[in-house]
Amino acid sequence: MTKQFDVIIIGGGATGAGVARDCSLRGIKALLLERGDIATGATGRNHGLLHSGARYAVTDRESAEECIKENMILRRIASHCVEETDGLFISLPEDGLEFQAKFIESCRAAGIRADAIDPKEALLLEPSANPAMIGAVRVPDGAVDPFRLTMANLLDAKAHGAEVLTYHEVLDFIREQERIVGVKVVDRRTGEQKEFRAHVTVNAGGIWGHEIAKKAGVTVKMLPAKGALLIFGHRVNNVVINRCRKPADADILVPGDTICLIGTTSSKVPFEECDNMYVTADEVDLLLREGMKLAPSLEHTRILRAYAGVRPLVASDDDPSGRSVSRGIVVLDHATRDGLEGFITITGGKLMTYRLMGEWTTDLICKKLNISKKCTTAEQKLPGSREEEKKISRRMHTIPVAQRESAINRHGELAEKVNVEDAEHRSLVCECEEVSVGEVKYALNELDVHNLVDLRRRTRVGMGTCQGELCACRAAGLMAQVGKYCTHQAKQDLTNFLNERWKGMAPVAWGDTLRESEFTMWLYDGVCGLKNDKNTK
Amino acid sequence: MMTETSEFNFEQCIKCTVCTVYCPVAAVNPLYPGPKQAGPDGERLRLKRPEFFDESLKWCLNCKRCEVACPSNVRIGDIIQAARIKHSKKKPGLREYILANTDFMGTMASPLAPIVNMAVGLKPVKVVMDKTIGIDHRRMFPKYAFGTFESWLKRNRKKQAKFPRQVSYFHGCYVNYNNPQLGKDFVKIMNALGIGVQLLEKEKCCGVALISNGLIDQAKRQGEVNISSIRRSVVENKIPVLGTSSTCTFTLRDEYPHLLGIENKDVRDGIELATRYIYRLLSSGEVRLRFKKNAPKLRVAYHTACHMEKLGWAYYSTELLRMIPSVELIQLDSQCCGIGGTYGFKKENYATSQAVGEGLFRKIEASGCDVVSTDCETCKWQIEMSTSKEVIHPLSILANALE
Repeated sequence: MTKQFDVIIIGGGATGAGVARDCSLRGIKALLLERGDIATGATGRNHGLLHSGARYAVTDRESAEECIKENMILRRIASHCVEETDGLFISLPEDGLEFQAKFIESCRAAGIRADAIDPKEALLLEPSANPAMIGAVRVPDGAVDPFRLTMANLLDAKAHGAEVLTYHEVLDFIREQERIVGVKVVDRRTGEQKEFRAHVTVNAGGIWGHEIAKKAGVTVKMLPAKGALLIFGHRVNNVVINRCRKPADADILVPGDTICLIGTTSSKVPFEECDNMYVTADEVDLLLREGMKLAPSLEHTRILRAYAGVRPLVASDDDPSGRSVSRGIVVLDHATRDGLEGFITITGGKLMTYRLMGEWTTDLICKKLNISKKCTTAEQKLPGSREEEKKISRRMHTIPVAQRESAINRHGELAEKVNVEDAEHRSLVCECEEVSVGEVKYALNELDVHNLVDLRRRTRVGMGTCQGELCACRAAGLMAQVGKYCTHQAKQDLTNFLNERWKGMAPVAWGDTLRESEFTMWLYDGVCGLKNDKNTK
Repeated sequence: MMTETSEFNFEQCIKCTVCTVYCPVAAVNPLYPGPKQAGPDGERLRLKRPEFFDESLKWCLNCKRCEVACPSNVRIGDIIQAARIKHSKKKPGLREYILANTDFMGTMASPLAPIVNMAVGLKPVKVVMDKTIGIDHRRMFPKYAFGTFESWLKRNRKKQAKFPRQVSYFHGCYVNYNNPQLGKDFVKIMNALGIGVQLLEKEKCCGVALISNGLIDQAKRQGEVNISSIRRSVVENKIPVLGTSSTCTFTLRDEYPHLLGIENKDVRDGIELATRYIYRLLSSGEVRLRFKKNAPKLRVAYHTACHMEKLGWAYYSTELLRMIPSVELIQLDSQCCGIGGTYGFKKENYATSQAVGEGLFRKIEASGCDVVSTDCETCKWQIEMSTSKEVIHPLSILANALE
């Protein structure tokens, strides 16, 4: 039997989740299909910077304006995913102060608050910033957790009737004349093939949207651009630090939850590499060298791991050479563009503008479905952001402070759904990030978790200093306990998880990071008997 | 490779958790998250937001056994103490003031020693102290001596000055106000070795109790006074500074730079325990000690105080004891007695304190020793209160055995 929906959304990144939520709030029955886990593409592989838009103010006024508007909206609707840190744009002696005046003027023109402050004041605000700076501008940057944001959108979508299927890959489209009426998919966990039908299908596949469009018989020219980042072991800064110059490599240091990260590089990569990206030694060198200019103490700070994402840049439709890139949001109605009905591609844009992308896409869907409901995603708060943290904390006062605050940071008021009534549920699975047994069980039961890597995206299990050393086997045990898998699968999943952790550590495997990883290997290999050596790829 | 100079020392932690295994408090009190959690793990969270500070860090008794156990050279105990200093919202009260100001209390009590000693031993007084300021009524207070060690040594100044070789003595509050005899024993031994003992130009309480009770500014002021006196002795006069209390000595050497930010690099090597100094002198062969012949046998059980363990110097004390012909030495396993300085005096810590020490007390009783010996005065109080044995400093045993 083929299930019928109003709309099928392909891609479980922030954009897809944003479309799913917007549709659901407007009463449109939506199905979201994701071939892996949520937020595995560009959504989960960036700075986690809540852009004020200042970075784009000089070069791209339109993006800057969109950013500051969405920035203010996200502070309101996604407060548990956002940290209001503010940001500094510092000018180093080698940069000069010329750019600063233009920068401030452009920010203000785009509606972004930008105040030049004395370098001494900037150092008081952010003591880790380079004391050699000759100028500083304060802007309303922040930090945003893309995993939480995506999950919150999907939770709200599901609460309003949407269905979400992860690990479902689209094999082909179902066509009726010049119209897409559904998709053929495979459940990658079981191998089962299924069909779903809908009036409209949305391609929100990010860089993979290129291939998805091809399957539908239309061309969307994408240009994969790799960006590498480094994660440090703890927060060096509490305010975002940017360089006040034309955007360049490794010029943003963002504090994100318990860590901070520097990025990015930028290089073109072939499509074949998008699924499996490695960070090179040169990229690590460049990130460190430039990062130390923002905050000199990075030189002595432990690096947890390196990772890279792909920016899904889109070639402008009006440039057949594909060299010129569309900067902003791109909504393609393939009916008017290619004569293919029932198919929309949403691409370009940024994590910052995911909501707006969802709004524009849903507006188009509504037009196609003859629905006149208005978008409310800018006003309605996301689940988790509906109550003040302090109030939730007071209600949960019996739980030890670090565990309580961590859970509230991650889940907002939904942290109260975590069962911590007895000592067993309060014991920790992940000690670095204070994730309790209760929280893991909550994630396993309610947040679409199928393996340890999924669990990490929901709870930060394995994201801390030990990178899975202590938590991975405990979490695998709980997965087995709640019936997610058998012992054999648990061992396999553990191996996958540790290999995935090692992949990020390998490019920065020296000093304490290397010692820790050797210890982890000894633990799992020697003590737990996990024979698939995690050091082999 | 692993240095102590890293700005972010806590990042050297590789989560092996051996510190928590060795933590005496975590083993008996589930409310304490243990050194790994309270130290390096917690530090990372506190850097994210100071609100992650957990008042349960007050359960740490600052034994530093976590640091001894750590294979990665993480200053776990320091991280915990520094976090308490920086973040704790609990302000020190009257009790903390009384417990921490050993110097002031000694000055007040010493001239009235017999009355004070009797009074604090009375049940009604204990109950009142328990109910009003939270000093546990089951605790026995150390007795004050009538007349201080300082005044005694000042009277003997001329005799001491005659020795060609000199040492300065950091006697500490305990020797000064409670047990001047230990100081006299020390002087007797040094004199027998041909060395004269002098006081520092100015000596204040080392401040260890001030630090653990949150009176940091006062601790800093006193520390500065001590280090400048020590500097005069060690650097200007080339006279080493010896202590008989493991905790005072440890505080001067390590807690000053780590917790109070007092620079002592230039004098640190000039501060050491008397037992170490004496042992090294004796093993150099320069001098010899003559022991009484036919002294009655004494079975001594040596207890390694926590800060002695941290200093790594218990060896010198036990080796000195072994040199005494009449002593039969029993080396107890190194474990915390639970007192933690002023920690165990607090009503809320009493149960934890006794539970920590329980294993040690049992081993002492089962050892068949005549006396227990240790280099720490607060261990002495705890063991004497909790077992049937008397506790004597190794130097007092040594002095007593001299011809």
